[in-house]
Amino acid sequence: MIDEFLPRPATGERIHMQAAVEFRQICKRFGAVQANAEVSFGIPNGSIHGLIGENGAGKSTLMSILYGYYQAESGQILLDGQERKIRSSQDAIKLGIGMVHQHFMLVDNLSVLDNVMLGNEGGFRLAGHRAAAEAKLKSICETYSLEVDLHARIEELSVGVQQRVEILKQIYHSADILILDEPTAVLTAQETEALFDVLRLFKQQGKTVILISHKLQEILDITDNVTVMRGGRAIGTVETAKTDKEQLASMMVGRPIQTELPRAPYRPGAAVLEVAGLNLRNRQNVGLLTDVNFEVRAGEIVAIAGVSGNGQSELMEILAGMRLPTSGKIDFLGKELPLRQRHDADGLPAEFRRLGIAHVPEDRLRDGVIKDFSVMHNTIFGYQDQAPRKFGLLDFKAVMERCTELLKKFDVRPADPDLRIALLSGGNQQKVVIAREIAAAPKLMLVGQPTRGVDIGTIESIHAQLLALRDAGVAILLVSVELEEVRSLADRILVMSGGRITGELKIDEFDTTKIGLMMGGMHKS
Amino acid sequence: MSANELPRWATAIALPVLNLVSALLVAGLVIYLLGESPVESLAILVNSAVLNPEGLGYTLFYASTFIFTGLSVSIAMQAGLFNIGSEGQMYIGGLGLTLAVLALDAALPGWLMVPAAIAGAALFGALWAWLPGYLQARRGSHIVVTTIMFNFIAASLMNWLIVSFLIPVGEQRPASRLFAESAWLPKLSGILPVLGDTPLNISFLLALLALAVYGLAVWRTSWGYKLRAAGLNPHAAHYAGVSIAKTIIVAMLISGALAGLASVNSLMGSTHYMALNFTGGAGFIGIAIALMGRRHPLGILLSSILFGALIQGGFDLSLEKSNIPPETFIFIQGLIILFCGAMENLYAPALAALLKGRKA
Repeated sequence: MIDEFLPRPATGERIHMQAAVEFRQICKRFGAVQANAEVSFGIPNGSIHGLIGENGAGKSTLMSILYGYYQAESGQILLDGQERKIRSSQDAIKLGIGMVHQHFMLVDNLSVLDNVMLGNEGGFRLAGHRAAAEAKLKSICETYSLEVDLHARIEELSVGVQQRVEILKQIYHSADILILDEPTAVLTAQETEALFDVLRLFKQQGKTVILISHKLQEILDITDNVTVMRGGRAIGTVETAKTDKEQLASMMVGRPIQTELPRAPYRPGAAVLEVAGLNLRNRQNVGLLTDVNFEVRAGEIVAIAGVSGNGQSELMEILAGMRLPTSGKIDFLGKELPLRQRHDADGLPAEFRRLGIAHVPEDRLRDGVIKDFSVMHNTIFGYQDQAPRKFGLLDFKAVMERCTELLKKFDVRPADPDLRIALLSGGNQQKVVIAREIAAAPKLMLVGQPTRGVDIGTIESIHAQLLALRDAGVAILLVSVELEEVRSLADRILVMSGGRITGELKIDEFDTTKIGLMMGGMHKS
Repeated sequence: MSANELPRWATAIALPVLNLVSALLVAGLVIYLLGESPVESLAILVNSAVLNPEGLGYTLFYASTFIFTGLSVSIAMQAGLFNIGSEGQMYIGGLGLTLAVLALDAALPGWLMVPAAIAGAALFGALWAWLPGYLQARRGSHIVVTTIMFNFIAASLMNWLIVSFLIPVGEQRPASRLFAESAWLPKLSGILPVLGDTPLNISFLLALLALAVYGLAVWRTSWGYKLRAAGLNPHAAHYAGVSIAKTIIVAMLISGALAGLASVNSLMGSTHYMALNFTGGAGFIGIAIALMGRRHPLGILLSSILFGALIQGGFDLSLEKSNIPPETFIFIQGLIILFCGAMENLYAPALAALLKGRKA
């Protein structure tokens, strides 16, 4: 049944160019997990090559083998047709391979120049070498039109610019093959566009780029070929021009993906959440939220779209009781939430929960679970004071029964209540969090980035759960930076930019360009 | 495979035993270099600390104090707080106890005097821990720094109080007057004559009770659930509605009260007066016990007995073997802390590889 999604192999004549990288029968095992199994494919010289697959499909392992972090148990790597043994990242760098990690490898309190020179200082005295390095960097910046202040300290730079520094570092170390792991996850649309311009220039210079991404649209936009991985194997390599999202998604998951989930007709009930004149200023008196007004009604999903870092996270934290606003009024079920009498938000989320506000936090591992607790312990997290008890002690037998039911209902795998939750995949952790919050039977559900770092199959199931909750009459406020997710879930869309709501539209007015403009703060509806 | 992925029995039993054996091996080597037989020394140590009933009595007597200081450090650790100040809290707890006794021992019968003195110890210990807790919770002053400083303040304060006010007129020794017998704790030798004439008293039973209460409170109540959540991940605990400030302050109050209770054993069970520096480092040993016992009631009990045995056995060892100085106990204690605390995961990779090899 897998075969029907297998594309025909790219024809021989297309790969007449020498492959910059060729993997042959790469195998790598971690304990019981076969992370890479007989992975074979080639990456033509001077191309941008996409590498996609669900979490745990083996992409990162394969790239770590190429970059010398791990050694393959068997198989070969050929660079420009020659077999190479890459035993460490030093070997990889010498062979012209550069890697930009998802989490930047930069020293925050050093300047851009010093960061680039790090590991390549050229002797005991820095000064002479530094001048030469600066000259070389300036010329690189011009060639690739990378705008970077070489003397700025890393901590002063935005995420997008920090990434530019990482790329600069690789070019400086004369990388011919550049690996980028989820580079756009932290970028705004404009920054992503700028990054892609750099990558195209890189390709024009005859260099090769390997791009790992979850975002299929980006893969379609920029790559020449795409290799799909699943369960540690390379399922197939296709020419980007001859494929589409549906085919790629099916290859990743191994079954067709339902894009349109069933939902009941839109019949919103009474207002559940009413936010009026909400403002938030930080200690430096910079406005993080400015005059935010909106409402969410029973039985509707209101999505807040926007580039991350435009106030959505702060707004969700305020609504969940994790943070106090500077001013403004929030009504829940027609009654004002108890904010005015508070000096700090310490313990406030418990009160909000009791009123019927559930919250799936955006940063699951920081806020949503205790990694060292078992799955069972995590299913009462936030509701520990309402958990069943006997003689004043927690009744873990009852908690266990309830947990077993939840794991079954929400298809968490493995369904083992005693397992530490850290050992579950990101998608399954998220299912536990969503199961817990839905089981609390809330009136209002706050959902932040529900499918971040979650694979396609799980996304489908999480979306179905949220829609079922909406159909049951719960008010849902969703924050997502994925427009695709907003489109498939929302009844109404609010767009946030710079801490303000810059636009509102109904789902039938959905228009990517218009939303994009609002997200940039350039459009007032 | 990291230590986290080892099965529970391996991290709970195999690793501590391996670490302990390593510490004893190094100690044995040093004893060998001192010109004595390690095997014979170990035999003397075990015989004197465990096999000889009177020695066992002393071992458990020392352990009674260590259980309380170990619990004091452990409960704070559950909330993510490294309380270095159990020593000072125990010292100030002793002051509370002594003041209660000095004020009331002439008037109250034993069944009222003992609870009142115990309450005084817990109250003063808790108050001494409250301020560092408050400063951590509300002002962000790091608990490690403040509690270390509070140890020094406690030592100086007690020095001044004992020397200026508590020494009875005409006495030279820096200690309070002898307590009236109403403030003496019943000895266990009354019930178990086989243990001989040792200071082992009912505080050992109180210590066992405290272990049980600690175990239930931390693992079986929603309060303990919140305490551990706050200790493991304060961000997530805040999300879950746990008041972090309150948790920190309450954990420190309990930690201080337990440290204060550690003073009961020696003051009311053995010396029957309070002398300068009576704590003798028991608060610091509590840190080693919490680390080695992995904050688990059974672990705390076993490590406390181990440390009690080392004091008792080490003392006899130095009497019998002229080449072995009395400080040997401190040396072995240091080795145990090194192996069980600082290098606790030394054998984890090897053990993991071994287990993996066996399965494959």
